[in-house]
Amino acid sequence: MNFEELKNQADEKWNQLNDSPTPVIRVGTAMCGHASGAFRVIQSLRNLLSEKKIDAIIEEVGCIGLCYAEPLIDIKKQGQSRLFFNNVSVNNIEQIVEEYLVNNEIKNASTLGYLGEEGAVFNEPDLNTLPGIALQERIALRNAGHTAPGDIFQYIANGGYSGLNKALSTMEPSDVIEEVKNSGLRGRGGAAFPTGIKWSFLVGSPGPTKYILCNCEEGDPGAFNDKGILESDPHTLLEGLLIAGYATGASNGIVFIRHGHDGPINRTEEAIKQAKELGILGKDIFGSGFDFDIEVSLTGESYVAGEETALMEAVEGKRSMPRYRPPFPAAFGVWGKPSNINNVKSLSYAPEIVSKGADWFSSIGVNKSTGTAIVCLSGDVNQPGLYEVPMGLTLKQVINDLGGGMKKNQTLKLLQTGGPLGGVLGPDSTDIHIDFDEMRAAGAIFGSGGIIVGSNKVCAVDLTRILVAFCQFESCGKCFPCRLGMEHLLEIVERISNFESQPGDMDLMKSVGGTMESGSLCGHGQLGFGPIRSAITHFEEDFRLHIEEGICPTGSCNNPKIVPKNTRPYAQDFVAGVKND
Amino acid sequence: MPADNDTLRKQIIEAIASQHRPTVTVLSSLLAIQDSIGFIPDEAIEEVAVQQNTTVNAVFGVASFYPNFRFTPPNKHSIEVCWGPTCHLEGSSNILQAVLNYLELKEEGDTEDGEFSFRFNTCLGACSQAPVISVNHELFGKISPDESINILNKIKSSDQHHK
Repeated sequence: MNFEELKNQADEKWNQLNDSPTPVIRVGTAMCGHASGAFRVIQSLRNLLSEKKIDAIIEEVGCIGLCYAEPLIDIKKQGQSRLFFNNVSVNNIEQIVEEYLVNNEIKNASTLGYLGEEGAVFNEPDLNTLPGIALQERIALRNAGHTAPGDIFQYIANGGYSGLNKALSTMEPSDVIEEVKNSGLRGRGGAAFPTGIKWSFLVGSPGPTKYILCNCEEGDPGAFNDKGILESDPHTLLEGLLIAGYATGASNGIVFIRHGHDGPINRTEEAIKQAKELGILGKDIFGSGFDFDIEVSLTGESYVAGEETALMEAVEGKRSMPRYRPPFPAAFGVWGKPSNINNVKSLSYAPEIVSKGADWFSSIGVNKSTGTAIVCLSGDVNQPGLYEVPMGLTLKQVINDLGGGMKKNQTLKLLQTGGPLGGVLGPDSTDIHIDFDEMRAAGAIFGSGGIIVGSNKVCAVDLTRILVAFCQFESCGKCFPCRLGMEHLLEIVERISNFESQPGDMDLMKSVGGTMESGSLCGHGQLGFGPIRSAITHFEEDFRLHIEEGICPTGSCNNPKIVPKNTRPYAQDFVAGVKND
Repeated sequence: MPADNDTLRKQIIEAIASQHRPTVTVLSSLLAIQDSIGFIPDEAIEEVAVQQNTTVNAVFGVASFYPNFRFTPPNKHSIEVCWGPTCHLEGSSNILQAVLNYLELKEEGDTEDGEFSFRFNTCLGACSQAPVISVNHELFGKISPDESINILNKIKSSDQHHK
């Protein structure tokens, strides 16, 4: 089937759904929906509908960004806009069904607003006027919450795979790379390296087998945007991978996900299956002569597996420990073949960049940070969520406008950004813009987009202890500066938080950190001192109180401290139990 | 739980053979076995080594590296509590303390009554709903220590009811 035929078929199905005489009920079932009980709500909803003999189509969709309002469901009746109900539970779903579906009224059900061209439903506000929606400019997440991730036709009807079709039918591979270079797109995994330049490294490498890898290990606590894309709209990633494959002359794509994250895994595999059935993956895609295949590869629990060469080791089924470089992945990657590794978000921009052009993309954002930032906002704000906003917003806007301000009776104390290896910022930092370079200059990084907001009830020493414990737990152990250094740093931070610090501890931390920075093999050790350095820069007073006065300003450090023991490698005493003959 | 060694081996070989992803490796085979029988017994290390044409040492090296693998049969129900920074700020240490007390455990491990296996989790991926726990792979967000214990209590009493 050629693309036009597919598109026609998809449009027809989409129009049918939008004009369905039976109501369409969409339920947010991304990780945020799951954790707030969306699947329990769906179960109750199904029971209710069959009890009351009501006909309705239930669609599982992704996250529209307002995680705080989950479980979020919306109901679209024929000829009307979608009406959104927030914080639905098994206790109030019957009220919604009774009021809106049975009696066509809204009395006590909690609504958020309407969305659609059909106009207002009752006197509800337009959802687009909520700051959490109005400030968003969605590119990678353009379909999230609107289309069913399990239905490829909904993706195609909304412009999906037209970027791929454009590339295959009207562009040379080198044109695609130029377009991505000109867009100014920088890698969203943390390092912010220009994506187009990265792709060009693979072009000259010898084939025929070359890999484009997509990294969705996403072990960063505080970040959930990669998983959010895969759960909400996996086809945008597949299309991005296909475009990258065409541009670089690669033959295979691998999507790398952590075992246990069933939502993203299942959605991605379902999407691959559908794309294969329609000939969008496989041989001679859209009659262009371009062949490409994609598979999912799982890793065990390992943060370092997100490092590019450790990721390749894990794909090969080994311990996820970084390799020495050179040789670089473009020459010697997975299974010794030329490879190129990109983050989910970076690849997910590619379809729209090809469709709408580099100029459109680079007109969004600021300075050398073009496009959007996909912010995972969590912590002590009223409205945590997954917000895709133009680069260049200030942190103040993020906290107050997107986040709805600090929780009741709390004031801002710190911001933890860029994952555990990033840094913390103080309350005076809120005029900083979300811009890769501006944030780096401020001593934090934007990284993969996690922003954790801490209030005045947070002790900087306590938070630092958790970050260092995480980094220590996740050290792979290959090189000693990181393996021993992280353990040493944790020991010192624990001492400080237990009010048992020794003279010279602060200098000792700096010295250990310096060794790790200069001697570690990969970013984990090189950046492992980051959380401490930024904490002692911005919150020296918290450290001083613990060290000199034996006081924790918030009392957090008086609580029992429960963290996992260093367990890598795990169950060492079991080695003797293996029959090795 | 498998009754005898032959049955166990058959289950292991079956789990290795029935992987649906095209690339089969030591790691993918171990994950498939853990998904199928819940843990990695000695026999699994041996079978993966044979199937992948490598040594038991190499296979155990991979199995011991990733903390999600376990080497003894798990209890009936899994409970994981997130201790990531967001969950920590939102009070996960109180949940950890309550859950550990309830289970009469001091660290990761299995309860003596065979009901629960407890693990720390570095991030369950739902930070916007912190604090989060996972019970039998179902996520529960914005949860309090009391609510966590209620969930465990419900599971326990429903098990006793079915006895």
